[in-house]
Amino acid sequence: MAFLEIDELTVRLPQGRAARPILDGVSLRVGEGESVGLVGESGSGKSVACRSVLGLLPEGAAVSGAVRVGGRDVLGMRRAELRSLRAREVAMVFQDPRASVNPMRRVGDFLTEGLRAAGTAPAVAARRAVELLEAVGIRDPEGAMRRYPHHFSGGMLQRVVIAAALAGEPSLLLADEPTTALDVTTQAEVIAILTRLQAERGTGMLFVTHDLELAAAVCDRVYVMYAGRIVETQTAAGLFARPRHPYTAGLLASTPRLDPDAGPPKPIPGRPVSLAEAPTGCAFAARCAQVRPECLVEPPALVRADDAYAACFRVDEGIVT
Amino acid sequence: MTGSVTRTSGTTGDKGADAVDATLEVVDLCKAFGGHRAVDGVSFTLAPGGSLGIVGESGCGKTTTARMLVGLVSPDSGSIRVGGRERSAPTRNRAERLARAREMQMVFQDPYLSLDPRVVVRECVEEVLRLHFDLTREQRTARVVELLDQVGLGEREASALPKALSGGQRQRVAIARALAAEPKVLILDEAVAALDVSIQAQILDLLAGIRRDAGVGFLFVSHDLAVVRHITEDVVVLRGGRVVEAGPTVDVLTEPRHTYTRLLLDSVPRVGWDPARIAADRRALEREAGGSSGD
Repeated sequence: MAFLEIDELTVRLPQGRAARPILDGVSLRVGEGESVGLVGESGSGKSVACRSVLGLLPEGAAVSGAVRVGGRDVLGMRRAELRSLRAREVAMVFQDPRASVNPMRRVGDFLTEGLRAAGTAPAVAARRAVELLEAVGIRDPEGAMRRYPHHFSGGMLQRVVIAAALAGEPSLLLADEPTTALDVTTQAEVIAILTRLQAERGTGMLFVTHDLELAAAVCDRVYVMYAGRIVETQTAAGLFARPRHPYTAGLLASTPRLDPDAGPPKPIPGRPVSLAEAPTGCAFAARCAQVRPECLVEPPALVRADDAYAACFRVDEGIVT
Repeated sequence: MTGSVTRTSGTTGDKGADAVDATLEVVDLCKAFGGHRAVDGVSFTLAPGGSLGIVGESGCGKTTTARMLVGLVSPDSGSIRVGGRERSAPTRNRAERLARAREMQMVFQDPYLSLDPRVVVRECVEEVLRLHFDLTREQRTARVVELLDQVGLGEREASALPKALSGGQRQRVAIARALAAEPKVLILDEAVAALDVSIQAQILDLLAGIRRDAGVGFLFVSHDLAVVRHITEDVVVLRGGRVVEAGPTVDVLTEPRHTYTRLLLDSVPRVGWDPARIAADRRALEREAGGSSGD
């Protein structure tokens, strides 16, 4: 049994706010200590799926399916159980560190808050926070405990947020675009810290990003989402070597590359399906170069193709480019 | 590629723009905010119809440089010339301001903030025509259709307010609006950074076509080396307000001379990427630079 199991999760916004479900039968697994990528463009539902693990769902949404952490169903949890889940088992790192830290409170308060709330003695919590700041490469950690968030640059503050996320020794870390707001060289450093600590502690990670290259560099396995559905999943290396879904192939082809012999990025025509549209068949059909009549009738299910899974009727034929 | 520019509706202030006339020359540009030297002696040249990338990370001075070029920030010293005409000093009157605006136009990063939410797309583009050209209403209407068509927008989008458009569509509007002034140079400040990759590739494709057809020069300000590799011919790498490396894009990105350029290149995620080594290289470079911490 995987530590995190999402099964057939479907999330619908209240009537009139969206024509299609924002999540549509999403299933995914993260094993203990495993790094799993969840990749998609804006509006694909990747962040909604990620937040559901903490029991955070859009207000008034109709939900079906299951989210299990360590075998327990998160969606049926009472408030106290959810609090303990968020404090001890699952931690989250958001995109914008400035938005996830209270600017009026010292970094030390922020770091020890969760531990103190869970009953750890203040002195023990403070010692632990200093250790964590040191582990994420903050110079003068004791001094940093007394400083305010505005004394830190974006990259440094994201390290503080990572330290706070690891404070409760969670078994699973949810990272929602944790380096998107950072400069490239800072991104490399933050990723280095994140992956090192995660490996040392055996923490599982669900890494949400729009950047396929980054996901492949960080994760063992990657799920690709489009319009609320998982359209492909396989190993990171396999995804680049042989993408199975036309959307994944299109995403790879549209990413500008640095290699000297790389051709210019090849756009995917059209635009992603908005929440106001509810195509009857495959949501990618309107942009797909290898669309067939049956693609417009019903959405294809995720089917196995060697070691990969892809939601495409033509998965056996391979991608035509 | 030289700028053999075909203009359809240029009627004012355009004294037979030949190729030589459109060279952008920036010499020893400086700007300090308080004691901080944001831009410190930056020089570069953009040939008519050429494409120059300015790359660097936050705080390197790339946006301040772009803003000085269009006159949103006034430089402390240095010169900015287009076709030999100096534009670093403040303008004296409306005519001069308009003439300068026509030479260079800018497209900003966030298409959600750069368009007036109350103005429909058609009027947003028409406003620029009204400012710069002496056209009849019919001529203006026809030109708006032409400009929007050039960026792949139709009748439906022309009557829409920005809120009804996606990020990619808004960025197309911003580009059409900038092109309406028939500038010699288009400054693109992280103009594709906020877009999803599949849409980003569409806009890059569109920009390449515009440069080919309209002969407008691009100054492409970006942090993204892979994007810069595909849209520019020359590149300037900025760090801490100074140029650390400059040259043809292909050369700089395949055989970087400066350790900082190499670090930037290594930092781009890809398969087999080693963030721990990059982090070590970065710290080494910072020590070399005398502990200018950054972050």
